[in-house]
This record gives sequence, structure tokens and C-alpha cells, in this order.
Amino acid sequence: MLKDQDRIFQNLYNNLGSDVTSSQKRGDWINTKELTDKGRDWIINEIKDSQLRGRGGAGFPTGLKWSFAPKEVKSRPHYLVINGDESEPGTCKDRDILRFEPHKLIEGCLLASYAVQAHVCYIYIRGEYFVDGQKLQAAIDEAYEKNLIGKNAAGTGWDLDIYIHYGAGAYICGEETALLESIEGKKGQPRLKPPFPALIGLYGCPTIINNVETIAVVPTILRRGGEWFASLGREKNTGTKIFCISGNVNNPCNVEEEMNIPLKELIEIHAGGVIGGWDNLQAVIPGGSSMPLIPKEKCETLTMDFDSLMAEKSGLGTAGVVVINKDQDIIKCMARIARFYKHESCGQCTPCREGSGWMWRMLERMAKGEASKDEVDMLGDVTKQIEGHTICAFGEGSSWPVQGLLRHFKDEIKKRNKFDPIVKENKNIPYLVDQHLLDKNA
Amino acid sequence: MSLKKPAKNQPEKFEFNPSSFEAAKDIIAKYPKGKQQSAVMALLYIAQRQNDNWIPLAAMKYIAKFLDMPYIKVYEVATFYSMYNLAPVGKYFIQVCTTTPCMIRGATKIVEACKEKISEKESELSIDKTCSWMEVECLGACVNAPMMQINDDYYEDLDKEKTLKILDKILRGETPKPGSYRGRINNEPENNRKTLMDLKNA
Repeated sequence: MLKDQDRIFQNLYNNLGSDVTSSQKRGDWINTKELTDKGRDWIINEIKDSQLRGRGGAGFPTGLKWSFAPKEVKSRPHYLVINGDESEPGTCKDRDILRFEPHKLIEGCLLASYAVQAHVCYIYIRGEYFVDGQKLQAAIDEAYEKNLIGKNAAGTGWDLDIYIHYGAGAYICGEETALLESIEGKKGQPRLKPPFPALIGLYGCPTIINNVETIAVVPTILRRGGEWFASLGREKNTGTKIFCISGNVNNPCNVEEEMNIPLKELIEIHAGGVIGGWDNLQAVIPGGSSMPLIPKEKCETLTMDFDSLMAEKSGLGTAGVVVINKDQDIIKCMARIARFYKHESCGQCTPCREGSGWMWRMLERMAKGEASKDEVDMLGDVTKQIEGHTICAFGEGSSWPVQGLLRHFKDEIKKRNKFDPIVKENKNIPYLVDQHLLDKNA
Repeated sequence: MSLKKPAKNQPEKFEFNPSSFEAAKDIIAKYPKGKQQSAVMALLYIAQRQNDNWIPLAAMKYIAKFLDMPYIKVYEVATFYSMYNLAPVGKYFIQVCTTTPCMIRGATKIVEACKEKISEKESELSIDKTCSWMEVECLGACVNAPMMQINDDYYEDLDKEKTLKILDKILRGETPKPGSYRGRINNEPENNRKTLMDLKNA
């Protein structure tokens, strides 16, 4: 288990208070000027050395992302945007940072803004977190009062303004370009990439977008050194991470742990075990709802980091661990996730808009045992036609969980759905709706 | 993308009251000059607060003029995001999360409680017209599942009995205390904390 002094978020459970004085006691804001005095390149190199990867789901190296910002500010100002639109089912880590460690985030904003030469920072918070957003606003006001941000922020000579922008209940706004559209006052529909936001982002200006957790760990990394951060976890999967363990466990909780921690340790020690004992475990969704589930056999030895989960054809995502025990109907659970994606699709690309509804309706029928045998493969085919055919990663996010279900619980679905196909395969029928399926078999 | 229809009975006129007007001016100041369209989401939200928790079409027209942008663009935004109510909801607006992490911990029981106490169908006003409820997607408090949101506040770690009690209070016009209803502190593991122990006793 990670040593307590190596935990970055000391106030995760709010034992110490989140105001500026108690935050300073925990080490926030003490030598911000010294850090910026070492220069932009030092900051970016230190973050590169720490091998910090974005905590919002995709795991893109943060230092590399920052280095994409133009070196000189030309006619267009630079922006820093913080993504706090946490909506992935199973994830609730950013909420705790917003309400209990706001000063880590604000200081991180200052350091990151300095590194990418931004004078304005927008923090995008999902609309439902209104109360938590108010707490962050209080912390921002406090920081302005103490001159920690604003003109000559914290004595660094850098001017920074931080504003909160509330979302209004759209999951898709967690996608970085949809988030920018949303800040610009439009529907949250993702943009085509390239151009990437680092060059053409908010209002057409260079914009760096990072997750709340990514930015909140930056001050600690700079203080303790990239090497320290890199010494935790393993190569390319370094540092600590807040895991949210929810679902059928005895003590669902948030806990900050080292990367590469065994999943079993996370569930058995921190979350008090699976309800009904370890043998009652059915499957685990390791990284928020868009990551494929992992069956019990693999959970025994699984370690939680980006690359080892990738090897299992899943992913760390946002590290929202959803534990599902044998009392639950796994097909129903996935059907509910499919309904979530059907509800949240922004409607821009046809494969996703239509396909997410298809997947939901097929899974609902499969859960009731009303589907025919051939539909199992047809469902797999639908997921393949969504994946990779959309502007943003939502297509992958909605089809991966269904693919995970098909990969590991196909027998269960087939056992329940025994009807014969309604339309028999007939190669002589031209222009059948499922023509491509026939072509593949031919 | 949620399917939403504006209410049939629409008020003729809408204007910001002085406090909303001030708040709107402050929000526009957050964005660069000429980019006042960015404030549209926040202004819709202000209009919703002022107008008993829903946005009439007149408010959208008013905001369009206020921000110097086409009405249809405001309409687009108001219909795209799920938190804008385009038809009247209760003074107490209850949103029950039923996405998988809540579902497997018994969110259907919470829905049952709402059906018993408020109205048989979702988005329908209760008999005394103060409450309405609706099923929503993940509210981002998964380790405190099952949970629901009443106006701005989160009510966490619920079961059917506790929900019934909360709803009773609301129907009496009281505001129950938000937070966990199993007495645990925030997101810590109940009676099983293994980390940051020194601080707990400090």
C-alpha cells in the first residue's frame, strides 16, 4: 500500500478543511514563485520526466501536450481549459478535488497557465455539481483576495484570471472539442481533428485542455520532483491515481493509490470486499462505463494501470471501478449502459446516433430472452460499424462495453436467446438490410 | 441528445429582474469582448432560476436579444442540454440517477418510492403541484450510490425507507439535510478506512 506521505490529496475525505490557510499548511502555495522562476522549459521537462499521463481517460502524456502550445504568443492569446465535466458512470473523483482540494487545482492552473503562456483559464464544471462549483468559486475568490491569482499572481509576475463555466448535463461535453463548443455558447458537438486545440481551440486560439486531476497533481510533482512521481507505479504508468470503487462492494469509496495496484487489493482491502465474498464476483468494469468489462478469472491477477489493462483489451479510463457481483444480471447492466449512451449521443454522426439506439434495444431484448440466435453476431457487427466511424471517441466509448460483454458473456446471451432467426439467410435476395453480413459469409 | 418539447402554455413576456440582470452582466464580463455568446448557457440557467425552474420561449427570445445572437441558436442550446427544463417542473425537482452503478445498488427502489409519493409517471407534478421527479443519467456520485438530486443538493447512500422519509419532508415543505444518509463522511470507506489515518485522529 502507498505510504500516507506519498498521497497527493491529503484532504480527500475533508478531515483538514479546504480553505486557503489549511491548504497552505498542507504545502500548497508555499513557494510557487520559486517554481515559476525556474522557467517554462523546466516545468514542462519536469512534467515530462514524471511521465504523468492525463487522468481524464485517454492517458495522453501531459508534458508532451503542453509542449504543443506555440512557443511565442502571437496575435492570438493562449487559453488553458480545465475539464471538470465528470460524467462517466462510475467516476466521481473530480468532485472531491473541486470541493476538498480546490487550492491544489487553482495552484495547478497557475503553474500550467505559466507553462503554456495563458492569461485566462476556464474551468468547465458539469451543471449538476453546482454546490461543489460554488465551493470552488469560494476558493477562487479567496485566492483573488490573497493575491494568489489575478495581477502578478502569487508574486510570480504572471497575470492569471480563472473563471468557472457550468455545463448543463451533457456527457459529450467531456470530449475536449465539444467542451470548447460548449464554452463558446453552442451545442456540445465535437469538432473534427485536426486542427488540434493546441493550435486552434477556444475562439480559434491555441488552447490546452487538461482534466481536473491532472492539473491538481502538477504542483506536488514540481515540488517533489518528477523523479519522485516516476518512482511510483511502473514505467510509463507512473504516480498515484484516485480510484473510485463503486457497485457491489461492502464499502464503496474513493481512494488514492499507486498506479499498477492489483485490482484485488483495491477491492478487498480498500472497499471491504465484494458483497457475498470474492467468489460472488461476476465481472468488473475497470475504468468507467466506456471500458470493456473484465470477468472474474482475470480479476485475480489484474493490475490497474493504462498498459496492463490495455493488454486485457480494456483500459484504465478514469479509474472508476464498478464491481458487479453474481446477484446482478450482467446483460441488464450492460443494457442500462447502452441506454446511457443512447441518451447522451450528441446526434452529429449517424453511426453513433442510430447505432447507440440499436445496441440498447437489442440488449434490452436479449436481457429478456426475446432475441433470436443470429442477433448476437449482428450486435457485434453493429458495434464494429460504430467504432472508428465517428468524429469523436464517443463511438468507441459506446461500443466497447457491448464488445466486452460479447467477448466474455456470449454463452450467457446465447443460453437465454434461442429463437430461430426471423429472416433466413438467403443469398438470392438482393439489397437485404444485412447484405454486408451475407457478403462476409460468402 | 434528449427529446424535449417546449410547454404548450407559454407566458407572453419575460424579462430579467434586477438581480438576474446584474448576475447576467457579471457573467458576460467573464468572456472576451465580442464573445458574449459564451454566456448563453449561464443566462439560460439564470432565467430558469428566476422563472420557477423552467425556461419559457419568451426567455430564449429575450436572451437572444440580450446577447445579440440569433434566437434559433439559443433554442438549439436550450434543447440540446438536458438540465434546461422547457416545461414547468415542481418547485422541488427530484432527479433520480438510475445508471448502472446506481442501478446495481438498488436505484429502482428509489424510483418506486417516487412513484408512490409523488406521481405515477415521471415529469408529472404531484397532487399539490410542488414536486416532480424524473429518471436521469449518471450524476457523478457513484461511490455514494444510490442517490438523487433535489434542486441543487445531492442526497446519497439512500434506500427506499430513507427516500420515503425525505420525500415526506419535502411534501411538507421542509428542506431535508443533503449528503450521505448512512452517516458516513463524504467518500471515505465506512468503518474500513485504511489510508490517511493520522489525519482522521488529528
